[in-house]
Amino acid sequence: MEVKYRKSQGLTDKKLSYCPGCTHGIVHKLVAESLEELGVLGKSVGVASVGCSVFSYEFFNCDMQQAPHGRACAEATGIKRVLPNNVVFTYQGDGDLASIGIAETIHAANRGENITVIFINNAIYGMTGGQMAPTTLEGQRTTTSQDGRNHLIHGNPIKISEIFSQIEGAAYVERVSVYNPKQLMKAKKAIKKAFTYQVEKRGFTLIEVLSSCPVNWGMTPPDALKWIEEKMTPVFPMGVFKDSGEAHE
Amino acid sequence: MPKGKVTFDYEMCKGCGLCVAFCPQHILYQDKVDLNKSGYNIIKVNDPEKCIGCAFCAMMCPDSVITVEVNK
Amino acid sequence: MAKVLMKGNEAIALAALKGGIDAFFGYPITPQNEIPEYLSKHLLAAGKVFVQAESEVAAINMVYGAAGAGARVMTSSSSPGIALKQEGISYIAGAELPCVIVSVMRGGPGLGGIQPSQADYYQATRGGGNGDYQLIVYAPETIQETIDTLKESFDIADYYRNPVLILVDGLIGQMMESVDFDKPIRKRFIPEKDYATTGTDHHPGRNIVNSHYLNPDELEQHNLHLQKKYQQIKNNETKFEMINMEQPDYVIVAYGTMSRIARSAIEMLEEQGIHVGMIRPITLWPYPRAAFDQIPKSCKGILCAEMSMGQMLDDVLISDRGRHDVAFFGRVGGIVPEPEEIVDAILHFQERVVK
Repeated sequence: MEVKYRKSQGLTDKKLSYCPGCTHGIVHKLVAESLEELGVLGKSVGVASVGCSVFSYEFFNCDMQQAPHGRACAEATGIKRVLPNNVVFTYQGDGDLASIGIAETIHAANRGENITVIFINNAIYGMTGGQMAPTTLEGQRTTTSQDGRNHLIHGNPIKISEIFSQIEGAAYVERVSVYNPKQLMKAKKAIKKAFTYQVEKRGFTLIEVLSSCPVNWGMTPPDALKWIEEKMTPVFPMGVFKDSGEAHE
Repeated sequence: MPKGKVTFDYEMCKGCGLCVAFCPQHILYQDKVDLNKSGYNIIKVNDPEKCIGCAFCAMMCPDSVITVEVNK
Repeated sequence: MAKVLMKGNEAIALAALKGGIDAFFGYPITPQNEIPEYLSKHLLAAGKVFVQAESEVAAINMVYGAAGAGARVMTSSSSPGIALKQEGISYIAGAELPCVIVSVMRGGPGLGGIQPSQADYYQATRGGGNGDYQLIVYAPETIQETIDTLKESFDIADYYRNPVLILVDGLIGQMMESVDFDKPIRKRFIPEKDYATTGTDHHPGRNIVNSHYLNPDELEQHNLHLQKKYQQIKNNETKFEMINMEQPDYVIVAYGTMSRIARSAIEMLEEQGIHVGMIRPITLWPYPRAAFDQIPKSCKGILCAEMSMGQMLDDVLISDRGRHDVAFFGRVGGIVPEPEEIVDAILHFQERVVK
């Protein structure tokens, strides 16, 4: 018998800190597999943000830095500028990237920083216990929108991939999900492509992954994945939003 | 001979049930009695012969619990 | 390079290049703009890194990343901008990374003004960020002392793996003085940066730059480790100057631009037969408390002179431990006092004694 699927060497032995069924774990695998398959683990430097994935510096099997909330893309800029031949990525949730860190992320893209941003959109603040995020859906109940998000007072879910498609420095922007094996394989392809674009020095790449939060959504893990498909994808349509394609040194 | 074979690193399992939900052959189930050290009900295979080695279970597992082998 | 007449900010930028800077991350703010302007041209020309960030918050976090990757990094700003950098500075201190920060102080609070000030003493020495951390803080008096301090600061930051803050003000930044860039500085042995995240291809195991310790025991141990380092810095790096301290009637305590003005006041008072000495702290942290033990018996009182409403005053009171009357003289808002005002303050010493 031949091994078809095994744990990626891009992950450490540390047990993941995520809740049962949380898709953070799945996306960690896709990032780790991509770095492993591209043979760049030895020159990768990841930047962990602040949120549920704050501990990712213990999970990715490469050099890591842990950034203040929202500042991962600035930190990654500093790393990449002094280590231009390393593969630098950030791993950020929607609170970290779409709320407090949106300026750092937009400007890293606008400067065309040659980094890869893995953006986990689960429409809620997980680590802090289920508060409303910029990507929380209309009507979605959270601990800070207890009667459901109301756009009249809370505004509307923010569309990161659409926004970043307008930024010339962004070479590749795609929104994907992992709510079933088919979507997962597409997400893997997108993440690996983003890292490939970085290796080819094409500029800023960002993959937005629609993700689940079973505990704070109050659902079983399988139901949470259905909720992404039925409720999130209409608001956050998946697809490629930017693909500049040409390589530039 | 089944096309595929799955093995579980039980101590890493959190009993989330995603593998059970996405196995197209519906041959995985969550045992009602056996727990791992963390107290999660572990997953077992009720009919190993039907495993087609698609690895959907392993792909959907957030914690890299499952290794899949296939017959070439 | 013989003596050259140069503007403070540009001299600071050139000193950074001489100090072996690899990367600079900054943001426009008066009165320090010539620093990023000068470096934007010369760093890129030297094939090094210059980024004008989108904010001071972003700039300090770029510093954090580049320092964590092993580079010699500097940023500069002024008072409100330094306020924005406080969280990042706390992370850099917590993760034990070296970097050089230059603050060209301006009047506050809030937007304040753009004229010189010393109203960020607390911010610099007590730290505006969270947690028990310290920066090594220098307060040079002249442009020459500023560039010598800056050139040495990269080694000091690397040696202690700690941020170094060079505190000057708008006057030092904006005026021109003749300076010599070839004055030799003390070189230190810097161990290899084996902590840098350069990729596991380049070092054994995984390097993690981090200030996050969820386990209280680990975080306490980390803090105790930092305190040991700060004690070592206190023992080795405290710097101050004593002027005219034979048998002074009064002692002035002042730093930076204020200490220069005090020098003139001391001469004017000498002409009136009043002997006045001065303690000039060069490191504001570690503060030279021991200097106060050397004040002769002749001294009738200490005048703390600052371009603020009295912040170093606390350290003067702490260091003096009630042995003398301590008076305060301060001008703020960007007003740089005349020497005559300090002379007058000494002549009316009792009126200014802090109760």
